[in-house]
Amino acid sequence: MSAPSSIDVGYVAQLARLKLSEEETRRFQGQLEQIVRYIEQIRRLDVAGIEPTAHAVDRSNVTRDDAAAPSLSSEEALANAPVRANGLFMVPKVIE
Amino acid sequence: MNYEAVIGLEVHVQLRTRTKMFCGCENEFGAAPNTRTCPVCLGLPGALPTPNHAAIHLVALTGLMLGCEIAPRCKFDRKSYFYPDMPKNYQISQYDLPTCRGGGLEIMRESYPKDAQKKVVAGRYIRLVRIHLEEDVAKSFHFETASGIDFNRAGTPLMEIVTMPDLRSPEEAFAFLSTLKLVLLYGGVSDADMEKGQLRCDCNVSVRPVGQEELGTKVEIKNMNSISGVRRALAYEIERQTEMLRGGGRLTQETRRWDEAAGATFAMRGKEMAHDYRYFPEPDLLPVDTAAWLDDVRRRVPELPLARKRRFVEMLKVSDSNAGVLVADCALADWFEKAVKDVTNTQGVANLVVNDLLRELGAAGKGVTESPVAPEALGALVALTDAGRISSSQAKEVFVEMFRTGRAAAEIVTERGLEQVSDAGAIGKLCDEVLEGNAPIVVQIRAGNAKAVGNLVGQVMKLSKGKANPAMVNAVLHRKLGL
Repeated sequence: MSAPSSIDVGYVAQLARLKLSEEETRRFQGQLEQIVRYIEQIRRLDVAGIEPTAHAVDRSNVTRDDAAAPSLSSEEALANAPVRANGLFMVPKVIE
Repeated sequence: MNYEAVIGLEVHVQLRTRTKMFCGCENEFGAAPNTRTCPVCLGLPGALPTPNHAAIHLVALTGLMLGCEIAPRCKFDRKSYFYPDMPKNYQISQYDLPTCRGGGLEIMRESYPKDAQKKVVAGRYIRLVRIHLEEDVAKSFHFETASGIDFNRAGTPLMEIVTMPDLRSPEEAFAFLSTLKLVLLYGGVSDADMEKGQLRCDCNVSVRPVGQEELGTKVEIKNMNSISGVRRALAYEIERQTEMLRGGGRLTQETRRWDEAAGATFAMRGKEMAHDYRYFPEPDLLPVDTAAWLDDVRRRVPELPLARKRRFVEMLKVSDSNAGVLVADCALADWFEKAVKDVTNTQGVANLVVNDLLRELGAAGKGVTESPVAPEALGALVALTDAGRISSSQAKEVFVEMFRTGRAAAEIVTERGLEQVSDAGAIGKLCDEVLEGNAPIVVQIRAGNAKAVGNLVGQVMKLSKGKANPAMVNAVLHRKLGL
């Protein structure tokens, strides 16, 4: 694994759909680099032979039966929709 | 220079469960929009998912059917991206610890397109990379100025089967998908109805000069929703890529979309926009240990179509082509097995099912489960033929009547006086009559033309109005002619 201690804040912000000012970008640059350096320390540890942790809680197989539960009504589901039509959530046209 | 295609598939399969993957909303196609939703599948803040164990079992069952290694422990991860069909901005999927790895599927000969039977390569085995479990996203409808979203589909358990790049032609991809679909139906894992979007497929395809080891530049064709569409899209894309290389051009790695109406693929998004999904373990879900229940799932593994076909051919003496037709429809093969239960002439039953039953069902627009003739009743008809009471051509006639009226074979035979004459005395008399009237033929036969006996057998049959037992007529004539 390559380990850059610098981080592209602009790229990370774009992935998270965040719009940062130049000042914010500079500030987060410093903070995030600190975090990355901290992770680098952990990466230096020898973890050979240690089973990867899937979850902080040591439990597994917490599942449910395949039994139906009531759904919301269409009215309830759409209650917060800014725009709706014919029972659908209407959103700006998606262009792929 | 000659080029060959290298194809790998990512097949998405909606699982047949009563409820969704992480909530109790019904997993049902065709309900009014946004009437099968709750805070979990709408992605409302604070809602917590709980996995449906039936869905996890179905993925393991698929893995067992396809010879995969089932992970002792698997887990769920978040795949982050932004799209209106996924309002919590991540899809729950499996990244580095999928439920199944490896395995593969042998393509059945019958699965190739009808017009490409000459391209069949026997015994092609397509290896799998992995099978993982995720949630389906909502369904989008695109209008002139806006898009509409229906969340009924959001959260449907969705299994992704990823193949190795082992496929070499559009026909092979078509056949692989057809065999896979049949296996999924046999296992009751999915209804796999492509028209309902229950089986969808992304195709990765590249071309390279024949003999070259290194892979060419890969193009992904997204979201194909019919098996014949996959074949057409791949044929187009292979041609496009080959022409490009022949003309000295270069290919770019990209995602393309198949436009069925235009019969062409179009670029969707370039590499500069490559997605970065930032996978990380789903903190809301605990890992799954499969050992706790895997033996229960193992008991649910059915006999697969290819094994069933081999059994029909080897144990039940059914012809290869008849066996292929029978196993291509699980319900039809079940029906056949019921019909042969107390019958020794299993071949005779297979012939009637494949030729006569399917013809009548097709004409009536019915499925085998709606057949007016019960499987046991067809078995009884074949037993009458075996006992020599009616000939096989009469059996076909009786079958049509059984299908029309739903009545038993024996009843129809008696009523129509179709009973075959197997009485030695009666047949002897008929033979004598024919021998007397055909002195010239008898002379020929005595002179060594043994084949001419056939002519006499035909005449005796005609004289008996088709009722004489043909095997007996043949034997009696031979005896009387001293042959």
